[in-house]
Amino acid sequence: MPDASFVFAQSLSGLTAAMFLFLIASGLSLIFGVLRVLNFAHGTFYMLGAYLAYQSMLWLGPGPGRFWLAALGAALGIALLGGVVERVLFRHLYGKEELYQLLFTYALGLILSDAAKIFWGTQQKSVSRPPELSGSFTLFGATIPQYNLFIIMLGPAIALAFWFVLQRTRAGRFIRAAALDRETLGALGVNVDRLYTGVFMLASFLGGLGGALISPMRATTPGMDTEVIVEAFVVVVIGGLGSLWGTFLGAVVYGQVLSFGILFFPRFSIFAVFALMAAVLIIRPWGLLGRPLR
Amino acid sequence: MKLRGLAALVVFAAALAVPAFGSRFYTFLANDVIIWALFATSLNLLVGYTGLVSFGHAAYFGVGAYVTGILMKKLALPFVLAWPAAGVFGAACALLFGFFCVRLTRIYFAMLTLAFAQIVWAICFKWNELTGGEQGMPEIPYPDFGWLERLGASVPVLGWRTAEYFYFLTVVLVAVCLWVLHRIVTSPFGRMLTTIRENAERAEFIGVNVRRYELAAFVLAGTFAGLAGGLFGIFNRGVFPDFAYWTKSSEVLIMTLLGGMSTFFGPSIGALVLILLNQQIVSYTEYWPLVLGTVLVVLLFGFPGGIAGAIGALSDRVFRRVRSA
Repeated sequence: MPDASFVFAQSLSGLTAAMFLFLIASGLSLIFGVLRVLNFAHGTFYMLGAYLAYQSMLWLGPGPGRFWLAALGAALGIALLGGVVERVLFRHLYGKEELYQLLFTYALGLILSDAAKIFWGTQQKSVSRPPELSGSFTLFGATIPQYNLFIIMLGPAIALAFWFVLQRTRAGRFIRAAALDRETLGALGVNVDRLYTGVFMLASFLGGLGGALISPMRATTPGMDTEVIVEAFVVVVIGGLGSLWGTFLGAVVYGQVLSFGILFFPRFSIFAVFALMAAVLIIRPWGLLGRPLR
Repeated sequence: MKLRGLAALVVFAAALAVPAFGSRFYTFLANDVIIWALFATSLNLLVGYTGLVSFGHAAYFGVGAYVTGILMKKLALPFVLAWPAAGVFGAACALLFGFFCVRLTRIYFAMLTLAFAQIVWAICFKWNELTGGEQGMPEIPYPDFGWLERLGASVPVLGWRTAEYFYFLTVVLVAVCLWVLHRIVTSPFGRMLTTIRENAERAEFIGVNVRRYELAAFVLAGTFAGLAGGLFGIFNRGVFPDFAYWTKSSEVLIMTLLGGMSTFFGPSIGALVLILLNQQIVSYTEYWPLVLGTVLVVLLFGFPGGIAGAIGALSDRVFRRVRSA
């Protein structure tokens, strides 16, 4: 049995991974919940966020706080891209068969990720950690990088902000109403088209932010999009498609299963997460905290 | 109907003639196309005929490839045992997974098939002792063509290389599989699958056990995907975990859609076009996914019926004009 400090460190590293997944998966879940499209290209938005952060760092040059500017800029850039994509292409998918939606968003992912390859090549790109958070500290005998702690705190903060927007603001009420009944909302005089664009931009922002923030921890490479999108699917399926807190829970469960799986059964940790996904789908297809689709 | 049978025979003969007229490279390409045609047609039994969108069909392809590969390489079993075993294992996996999958509908069905395929992938990826893990399993032997090669040495016309003998074998075996699949979709059972696709509720009403039919289709699709995988492992001279990865599932789905799901030979046309296109594009540029994505977007917006659908619509229009003239 490994000692307690090691277990603690392991669970924190699982939690860090979970918060990244939450950022990505919450956007995926939001798009599915409101627009009813499962967006395969969402992983590519995340990857592009990481590349944009790298690029912005280059443009900004040395200076204080440039990482934060770069990350924010990257996320906004991805939100803008998402807005254009929704206006021009996604619009035609609503209400179509799943097969068309899945393949279309898949094709979109292919195009965008290859475009990234044209711009940034196949070499790994890495971003250095922001100097304010480059240190680490010791807690219960485990050494934890400050940056990881920042991410662990950021995740719940974003979840809460998201919840607040959805539950307490006018725009949030519209979003929830659009998820339930698009036509009625439109009949009541709400510009649903614009609302959809807004939702898509918000989701893209979150995906891009996830990519930008992970760039100091993992090198940015082509192919990180296909990897992450499957992970995000696992998370939203476990938590429940379209459910915010479900996605949060799913991300935490995923992170813990993976990090402890690697500790105790190194060979079968990937197996375990997909087995968990299958088990949830079999027992409760709508996920731990989701609601059955009508 | 007779015309179609004749066309199929012509294609079969043309496929057999490829090594005699084309270079080794064309034989290689044709072999690739033929195996993928079987894989895509097996998927179409689900997607096109039954209306079940599987996003994890690579699982059964991968299982078949590994079963044949392991049996032939590690246990040195002959091809006549190792290849049917791929179908048996593909069917067994499809029965196990399908039992749960057919209980779900639409997006959840797709997600569960994806989850199962990823489980298969994870096992192939990590179970080093059996599957070779991440490195895969190279050097799968060809079937033993010893007697044919001895025959070939005495009759000069038959002097083919092993790869070419394997190609002939593939053509014959895939032709048999496609014939069986065609018999299945034109049988009353196949008609029932189409009925379920059109209106599952109504099928339920007239007393059809929809889930059981769907499961049967799932198992059949898994069987033939397994058989395709068994051939592909040998053709590819190695079996690797990415055979079961989700991107393979989407690849075969794209082929099916590109060719056209509404016709039996659509997926085969899709396999042919996609592989030839890939081979052409890759010689110009490394950005194949960009081209593929663009083709797909155009297809989805412009020709939802795929190539076969577009040809069908075109010929209809021509016939109508001829008749009205």
